[in-house]
Amino acid sequence: MADVAVRAAGLTKWFGEGATRTLAVQNVSFEAFFGEMLYVVGPSGSGKTTMLSMVSGILRPNAGTVEIEGTDIWRLSGDEIATFRLRKLGFVFQDYHLFPRLTTQENVAIPLILQHRDWDEAMAEALRDLKIVGLENRAALPPVKLSGGEQQRVAIARAIVSRPEILILDEPTASLDGDTGRTVLSFVRRELLTDQRCIIIITHDARIFEFANRIMHMEDGKLTGITQAGAGPMEVAGET
Amino acid sequence: MLGIFKIAYKLLVNDRAKFAALLVGITFAVFLMIQMTSLFSGVLSRSSATVINIGATMWVMDPAVQTVANSIPMPDYVLDEVRSIPGVKYAVPLYSGGALAKLRDGTYQFVTVMGLDDATLFGRPRLIDGNIQDIFAENGFIVIKDAEFAKLENPTIGTEFELNDHRVKIVGIGEVATSGLFGVPTLYTTYNRALQYLPNTRFTASYILVEPKTASDAAVIAGRVHAMGYLALTKDQFIDKIAAFYTFRTGLGTNILLMTVISFIVGLSISGQTFYTFIIENLEKFGALKAIGAKSRELVAMILFQAAFTALTGYGLGIGLCAVMIWLARLRIPDYAAVITFPNIGLAFAMVVIIAGISSYVGVRKVLTIEPFDIFRG
Repeated sequence: MADVAVRAAGLTKWFGEGATRTLAVQNVSFEAFFGEMLYVVGPSGSGKTTMLSMVSGILRPNAGTVEIEGTDIWRLSGDEIATFRLRKLGFVFQDYHLFPRLTTQENVAIPLILQHRDWDEAMAEALRDLKIVGLENRAALPPVKLSGGEQQRVAIARAIVSRPEILILDEPTASLDGDTGRTVLSFVRRELLTDQRCIIIITHDARIFEFANRIMHMEDGKLTGITQAGAGPMEVAGET
Repeated sequence: MLGIFKIAYKLLVNDRAKFAALLVGITFAVFLMIQMTSLFSGVLSRSSATVINIGATMWVMDPAVQTVANSIPMPDYVLDEVRSIPGVKYAVPLYSGGALAKLRDGTYQFVTVMGLDDATLFGRPRLIDGNIQDIFAENGFIVIKDAEFAKLENPTIGTEFELNDHRVKIVGIGEVATSGLFGVPTLYTTYNRALQYLPNTRFTASYILVEPKTASDAAVIAGRVHAMGYLALTKDQFIDKIAAFYTFRTGLGTNILLMTVISFIVGLSISGQTFYTFIIENLEKFGALKAIGAKSRELVAMILFQAAFTALTGYGLGIGLCAVMIWLARLRIPDYAAVITFPNIGLAFAMVVIIAGISSYVGVRKVLTIEPFDIFRG
């Protein structure tokens, strides 16, 4: 029986005020569990990224709460949320956002450096995770020398280097061809999904739905449903 | 924090084109600022050369004197009156004037002639050749071996030439702390011989050199001299008066100030623009760092570190370049009047700090306003 990793309740977010006010996310509640790969899908403008930004402590909701491992993150101060993100969450951005002037290894080590870890120690751990994503022989190269798929694996290595419990991937297959996208998701599921980790993925790509345990569907800022997916139901609390 | 600074350092220096542009901007600005102010310092130092070289504690002069080179002769009784002031240990006259020397090859060379008190030779230069007593010998003069020495055809002991149609015989070669401003050789002789060789007005003493009994007597002496209608200044006051004249009354100070400000603006423009571009290009990456969990103060620290590192490196290079340029100039012009002083490099440092501060302020503002959400939604 898996524990709850993320519990969102009544999440609401609007932008602008008065006549220009736009409701981006309306009263979304859900739970994500450790050992689960949860997809968030929906058309552009459906509020997926806004919702996940609130869940990950990046965007403050107008209403609702987010609990990660029992901590109501929006009760924390700005610095505390930053520290919380640094230690508990790993991000793979759609555009990767790797530093072109740093080596691949240094890029991967950044979260550890931000945790004020010793430089050599951080580099050693970065190399360890580059091995996990199969890029240890690219450690000294700058990211611009790598292919798109390799850059994404570097971004994944950076996301997991501090061993976060929650891993968030934003459109991980958007820049990849079909085969590479499936390979990456297969790798993520096989190598990164553990009983102590919850992976949340924002995607449009139906070709990778088979790797999900559950899929959250969003439309017009509302959660329209949660379905079981290709990877099959998982044993979660209250869902047997 | 060390690791964060290391990341900041690598982000900066690995972008070689921008780092080079930043360094060029700062280095060039520092070079110009220090070069300008060094020239000014050199000119000011040279302008007070006589005051420094003679070394008297107090100088009595006509109140209208602006610089040491343009003395206004005083009547002899002033010397007697000064000597009678309580607190004066001793007082001696000094003659300072210019004359034309006719050299052996028939050419003329303007020289400065210093006439030292016959009894004491107070203010005499340190001799590197010859005997000081020979200055009392017939036509005896001491020549100063400085950058202008060669203009008198490198005289030796015994060399003779004409000075205002009088015979001059070099009896000693001396050296002084500072060369003069005007590129003219300097001769020392006795006060009375100077009066014989150089045409004079009714009054003859250019300055009266005074040694107070105690430091506190200087104010009393200055008051008494003032009551006589003359001016008594300490050595430092006289140097300041000369510096003020060149700074404020000749346009030299204004021009140097303008050049320094222009250098500052050039440096600020180049480095500010380049640093801003550098920050803009990395803005999304800084946003990504924020999303990952970097705190705003850590990002600010990174930017400040980058700005400070660039500024200090450029500052060092600018000073080095200036020193090399002065050295090179002196190979060609031995009397090149530029001197790097601590106030100069302090001023340049302050300006570089302002350049770095303004450049990084723009970057910091940008980085602080970037929202991780903007990065997340792409």
